[in-house]
Amino acid sequence: MTDTAALAEPRPPRRRPRTHGVGRPAWSALVVTVAAVVATPVLAVVVDGLGNSAALPRDLGQMILTTLALMLGVGAGSLVVGGGLAWLVTAYRFPLRNLLVWLLVLPLAMPAYVLGFVFLSVFDVAGPVQSFLRAVFGADVWVPEVRSLPAAIIVMSLSLYPYVYLMARSALIEQSSGTYDAARTLGANRGRALRRVVLPLARPSLAAGLALVMMETLTDFATVQYFNVQTVSVGVYLVWKGTFDFHAATRLAVLVLLFAVAVLVAERALRGRARYHQQGGRRQGFEPERLRGARAWAATALCLAALSAGFLIPVAQLLVWAVGQVISDASFLADPRFAEYLANSLLVAGVTSLVCVGLSLCVGHAIRLGGGRLVSGAAQLTTFGYAVPGAVVGIGVLLSFAALDAGLERAGVPGGTGLIVTGSVVGILYAYVIRFLAPAYQSVSASLEKISPTLTASALSLGAGPRRMLGRVHLPLARPGVAVALMLVVIDAVKELPIVLLLRPFGFTTASVWVYELARENFWEKASLPALVIVAVAIIPVFVLVGQTRRREAHRTVPGKAGQ
Amino acid sequence: MHLRPLTTTLVGLTALTSVLTGCSAIGGSSADLQIYSARHYDLEGAFGQFTEETGITVEFISGDDAELLERLKAEGEDTPADVFMTVDAGNLWNGARQDELAPTSSAVLDEAVPEDLRDADGRWYGLALRARTVTYNPDAVDPAEFDAVDTYAGLADPTWKGRLCMRDATSAYTQSLVASLIDLHGRERALEIVRGWVANEVSILSNDVLLLEAIDAGTCDVGINNHYYLARTLAENPDLKVDLYWASQEGAGTHVNISGAGVVQGSDNPEDAQKLLEWLATDGQNAFVDANHEFPVNPAVEPEPVIAAFGDFERMPLNAEAYGTLNADAVDLLAEAGYK
Repeated sequence: MTDTAALAEPRPPRRRPRTHGVGRPAWSALVVTVAAVVATPVLAVVVDGLGNSAALPRDLGQMILTTLALMLGVGAGSLVVGGGLAWLVTAYRFPLRNLLVWLLVLPLAMPAYVLGFVFLSVFDVAGPVQSFLRAVFGADVWVPEVRSLPAAIIVMSLSLYPYVYLMARSALIEQSSGTYDAARTLGANRGRALRRVVLPLARPSLAAGLALVMMETLTDFATVQYFNVQTVSVGVYLVWKGTFDFHAATRLAVLVLLFAVAVLVAERALRGRARYHQQGGRRQGFEPERLRGARAWAATALCLAALSAGFLIPVAQLLVWAVGQVISDASFLADPRFAEYLANSLLVAGVTSLVCVGLSLCVGHAIRLGGGRLVSGAAQLTTFGYAVPGAVVGIGVLLSFAALDAGLERAGVPGGTGLIVTGSVVGILYAYVIRFLAPAYQSVSASLEKISPTLTASALSLGAGPRRMLGRVHLPLARPGVAVALMLVVIDAVKELPIVLLLRPFGFTTASVWVYELARENFWEKASLPALVIVAVAIIPVFVLVGQTRRREAHRTVPGKAGQ
Repeated sequence: MHLRPLTTTLVGLTALTSVLTGCSAIGGSSADLQIYSARHYDLEGAFGQFTEETGITVEFISGDDAELLERLKAEGEDTPADVFMTVDAGNLWNGARQDELAPTSSAVLDEAVPEDLRDADGRWYGLALRARTVTYNPDAVDPAEFDAVDTYAGLADPTWKGRLCMRDATSAYTQSLVASLIDLHGRERALEIVRGWVANEVSILSNDVLLLEAIDAGTCDVGINNHYYLARTLAENPDLKVDLYWASQEGAGTHVNISGAGVVQGSDNPEDAQKLLEWLATDGQNAFVDANHEFPVNPAVEPEPVIAAFGDFERMPLNAEAYGTLNADAVDLLAEAGYK
């Protein structure tokens, strides 16, 4: 109990007990290798960017300001929405709460490139909303500018908040209610207990979620373009296309990387130097308070409102288009390519998520074993790819393999690497792992960090080897984080577009490429079906995760296990 | 012992990856011709017909123009591609400049494709023609209001204040139109024109279909559109209140652009690649352009009925080099004029 009380008050940072001064060399080497492999393509782009003196765009200053405003706006928005909703569904009971707990994750399933065009066709001048307003209030009715920075911030916050929501929620579930109860017993009201106990404990998770949101915002080039918001990432594409010169674009890509560094630094600062650890494996969780009457329905309405913009409205619009398409030409449904494209999407996403989570566990584990600055620096480097726009990662992979190919041929290997990158799915998988290690690592390490180091130390002192400890101690305790990681990567990978578009071999098409090809030509009705399929596929891992969360929640109500 | 799940997973992953790699590598290049295409419109139809008529099999991969070109460069001589197909003359010019396209000499192509729509060295050939011209709501605009000599510049006149809708500055369509204005009038005058549009409080929309919908809904009177978007929207909704006006008919002619293709430098089958280009420029013209309501480049081939109904027009001669070299200037000019 003394330990629990100590947890409640953030106290001066205590040094993490190092289990071994230099860590385990084999594990440290593994982390450094992973970081090197993952960073090479990104470095290839940086080298290219620093090595040329192409002109920068005229409105670069404006682009930088826009990027900052967008990232801060979306970060704040998703923190409030995601964190608030997570607290709401965890600490209170209200109508539809059990359903909403997992429905609230669904905006994740909506690819940005779909959300953008759907949103605009609903809300832009010729869309049903404005047409309705004009019909009711006359042609001169004032409507806020849809294609603007504030609109982009709102829409992106409402579609990206699930990252914060998921992380916050798993943090809240993992928190033992003992600390919260202790605070309440000691006289703190709900608000004070939330501020002083729950939030500090959830801070690493909130920071991790926030970092993901900001990186998504930074690399997005689909949604922002629909809203005519020119961020630095959009600038990379504009310069690339506008000048027909890839090297001119890499200079801007380096700038994007600087933003990414800023996000990562900010994330570390937000996590703080203080470390909070739970004791043991017992998960108690909160006893939710039942809301009644108007307050209960207000809570339901709040959740539904948040869900509408990022999911319900776009899905409704897609369904309308899809039904129209099926009525006019149902043969589309029987297209055998449907299944093939979907299988390709799933295969790549599945393999990517397993690799990413496996690597994240190894990296997170190696850090717990110690190893100092080098290892933690290398671990940071592995998450970098998430902050690099997909097409830039893809080009980086091409550049790296082209160099390797040339090197091998010079060294006398006939044919070099051949066509391994674009002749097989290896290039796609490689680029995907670079891009999506971050979401996997963020959630795995956020979970690992909550495991008390004394636990690690005692396992080691009892003679468990590092590998055995990973399998027996860390993995089971970090399971919620692992589940979230698997799910996030699968969803991200199914939605991913620029990389697969660039690196796919002949005969390899995914569902997202299919949507792209149709939407690009404004065949929205035709694109709506495969878009719905992507959304449906991305929902599956949500179900899996919810099942797991439910079991855990049910677990704690079992008598005998519920006691301290 | 307890490591088993992890080890099993890793072994499984490795196995799966090798299988995936093997499958795609083997199943990869089975057709006679491989095509990288940044153009998507109904390629299956045209290529299917080509295979039927010639027995040459074709497979293609679609993607983004700039990225496909980088991919070609990175693949170098290992590239499986035989033909690079793209939209926008600037991209074709750039492919040739970067030395990714091989010179072809073909009497058939020289005969079929007008001189300004192909490379002098035969590295690329235009195959489909699109016009970017003025569209308007007939309830709100009398076409006599347009400047028949230089319609694009005429939209900078204050009479159009608050009535214009155009595409965003990031659109390749906007950029190549402005590049052609720079080519035609010089940078200073082009800047004046774009500033005039901005001063007229032009509404910027992010795609051509939204533009047409906005004109139809009466939220703007005039827009600048690719002709085929109007043809396509009219085919779906014949009551659409949008008419087409052929711009600058008493002056330099209407701004046009092309889709085209060239034989890839590292192609292992340039003969068949050339046959495909020849077929697309002659017998295959209708199969290639009609589904997307584009104009054939070959003057001997008739356009399909919906766009034929727009009437004949004079086009501005196409200067691919200008589209390529002036595009960066156009981007800069649009930013300077405050056009978003």
